Amino acid sequence: MTTTVLPRVNYLNVRHGVASWLLTKDHKRIGIMYLVVVTIAFFLGGIFATGVRIELTTPQGDFVSADTYNRLFTMHGVAMVFFVLIPSVPAILGNFALPLMIGAKDVAFPKINLLSWYIFVIGFFFTLAAMVLGGVDTGWTFYTPYSTVYSNSNVLMTGIGVFIAGFSSILTGLNFMVTIHRMRAPGMTWFRLPLFVWALYATSLVQILGTPVIAITVGMLALERALGFGIFDPRLGGDPVLFQHLFWFYSHPAVYIMILPPMGVISEVIACFSRKNVFGYSFVAFSSLAIAVFGFLVWAHHLFVAGISPYSAMVFSFLSFAVAIPSAVKTFNWTATLYQGAIWWRAPLMWVFGFIGLFLIGGLTGLFLASLGLDVHLHDTYFVVAHFHYIMVGGAIMGFFAGLHYWWPKMTGRMFSNAAATLAALLVFVGFNLTFFPQFILGYLGMPRRYHAYSEEFQVLNVLSSAGASILAVGYTLIACYLVYSLFKGEAAGANPWRATGLEWKTQSPPIPDNFPETPIVNEAAYKYSEREIEVA
Amino acid sequence: MLEGIPLFPEQASSLAPEVDDLYFFVTAVTAFVALLVVFFVIVFAVKYRDRTGEKVGAPITGSIWLELGWTIVPFFVSMAIFAWATIVFFHMVRAPDQTLEIYSTGKRWMWRFQHIDGQSEINELHVPLGRPVKVTFTSEDVLHSLFIPAFRVKADAIPGRYSSLWFTPTKVGEYHLFCAEYCGTRHSGMIGRVVVMEPNEYQAWLSGGGGMSMTARGEQLFQQLGCVSCHLPDGSGRGPSLVGKYGQQEQLASGDAVTVDDTYIRESILTPQMKLVAGYGPVMPTFQGQVNEQGLMSLIEYIKSLPATGTVATQASAAPPAPGAAR
Repeated sequence: MTTTVLPRVNYLNVRHGVASWLLTKDHKRIGIMYLVVVTIAFFLGGIFATGVRIELTTPQGDFVSADTYNRLFTMHGVAMVFFVLIPSVPAILGNFALPLMIGAKDVAFPKINLLSWYIFVIGFFFTLAAMVLGGVDTGWTFYTPYSTVYSNSNVLMTGIGVFIAGFSSILTGLNFMVTIHRMRAPGMTWFRLPLFVWALYATSLVQILGTPVIAITVGMLALERALGFGIFDPRLGGDPVLFQHLFWFYSHPAVYIMILPPMGVISEVIACFSRKNVFGYSFVAFSSLAIAVFGFLVWAHHLFVAGISPYSAMVFSFLSFAVAIPSAVKTFNWTATLYQGAIWWRAPLMWVFGFIGLFLIGGLTGLFLASLGLDVHLHDTYFVVAHFHYIMVGGAIMGFFAGLHYWWPKMTGRMFSNAAATLAALLVFVGFNLTFFPQFILGYLGMPRRYHAYSEEFQVLNVLSSAGASILAVGYTLIACYLVYSLFKGEAAGANPWRATGLEWKTQSPPIPDNFPETPIVNEAAYKYSEREIEVA
Repeated sequence: MLEGIPLFPEQASSLAPEVDDLYFFVTAVTAFVALLVVFFVIVFAVKYRDRTGEKVGAPITGSIWLELGWTIVPFFVSMAIFAWATIVFFHMVRAPDQTLEIYSTGKRWMWRFQHIDGQSEINELHVPLGRPVKVTFTSEDVLHSLFIPAFRVKADAIPGRYSSLWFTPTKVGEYHLFCAEYCGTRHSGMIGRVVVMEPNEYQAWLSGGGGMSMTARGEQLFQQLGCVSCHLPDGSGRGPSLVGKYGQQEQLASGDAVTVDDTYIRESILTPQMKLVAGYGPVMPTFQGQVNEQGLMSLIEYIKSLPATGTVATQASAAPPAPGAAR
């Protein structure tokens, strides 16, 4: 494995030139194209976050003006939620790996897949245009009537960007769902599917059913802002809280679009590096579906202090506790998977350990917020900020990096430095905790979110948080460095560097354009590590 | 306050210890679960480490009993938290019967508090120690949220509706008052303080400032706006009598019943045709734009003050109908 020579023909070198990428129908190339756009959005969102953290090192609002600060945190949220978290795992890793994992040549509708990418990029350009023209200051939640009547920023342009990007998500979900139903290799039955595929299936369900609602909601917001329709503005007979119901009817399930696919990644990686089946395969598979379904029934837990009836608050609190159970089941199953494994400490597994630690804290602090009596105090404080960053960054982004490191050799044919990747996982884990753990304390102390200036007693914890953010930034930059380096200097990976099961490891790295020389035939369940020798190519 | 890191907010209301007890319980339960999982992950990862990467793990596929166990036990634990938290929540949303009423409006970027006796204040709220206080409030523009961390209470201020929260201060002192719902440029400047005073000091403070009491101001408006010409106290007017109606059920023309509360009175003044009382025609005009939020609150306070028993409402009946009264 010391060679640096890649297979002679592969999907990366089969054609050359910009047009060969922009007109490709190859799911693997489209996955890479998403990776490029999402990386740009991630660094953009990171720059906005840097501005926020610098401002918050002192209690006075002295680094940027209040209006600039409000734009910074809004654009951080918009860039990260709609253009990083939602597409990261499904559109990048899902696009690349799904057809390979089920033994298919491509997704069911390759041209629609390319169309999804273009729609995503157009949506991103609208959002970028809004940012360049002066930004938007409503918070990523666009609450009315501020967003429809009072804000003097580019709400419409941002809304159009989000609206357009949503269709990319719907089409990707549709494509994946049909692919999973129709494109499985012979013998790849539902219960032989890798758990990442189950997770993508559950995610597709949410994307298809949930995303149209945000499109409608943003459309109504535009009608009120541009044409004065009285939908949300009480002075026109509208109801501002209606917006919150509609917004969260999508945006809470959207959290599951962000976290279900990384959960699938975790199952793949932990099985591979423990050399074992995932403990309780069917429980893990069905918990994904349970989360997808329950996820639609908890939206009003964002409205406990927004004047909803105490009885409906009670129902939504109950359902929010219920959705925590399948997540807990998954975590216990991953832990049990390690039991009596043969655990090979490689970088992707280190990211999984990071995921488990952070997702645990994120999930368990969700119980505080689901508790009515605690949420009244904690709502709209830094406790909430810390909680959802633990889920979305600690969970979704750590899971994304676990998957990116796991499939990187397959995507590029090259190995990255294991030591550098392990160090990056450690830096991100430590930096993340230092950034966000103090925010739980700040939240219970009562520091409200979205504050440009704050009371002096909150300073120490905010400085800790900003210090952690700088470690986090070093960690993320390090990843970019060694991954790019590996493209040029990395050793050739070979077909199966991790000695993993799974069809994607049976073809060369990087794969040929059609994935497999001939259609594979499946005759065993996923993760059969224990009962046979693993082939090493 | 820069020395040392504060970890815990002050407890200054009767609700605060209730919330904190729950907080400690949930913290203990979740910390236990987190440490348990982390413990097993670390132990397994170290104990079963294979440096060669060539061995395989034991062929264990799962255990139905473990799965059931770690589904059912967390379910019951979370139901215990749910039940406890819901009880605390209902204490928060159900104000005691006898409260000191204070009205408030939020607007970008300040809070205005109106005491019944006539005192009003901006970004400061003076309350007496040991007495349940109920704050009823709305917003004049965007969403705001009234948040007093030391009391562990919060509720959104929503334009076009009333919200309320209540607390019994248990400690003399000054506490933060924040706007917790993002409201634009100076959101972080929409802050103030709550001053908890000994009851006698509070009385002295109240009498220190002038101003007409809310009931008197409401009565004045009731006449100026011409309400008095139709809402005759004996019920013979073109509108229903308002005497003793506050808190009662009212039969509507649509067949539904409605409780006469702050929200219903507000609605009836601003959109009178929405919920007509049975037996009365749709003759009342809207008063949208003619009466501001403080005026509405004074009117409500006045209607509340009309005696609940059958005695004649002297205040209302004594007043002559205003000329040019709205039809």
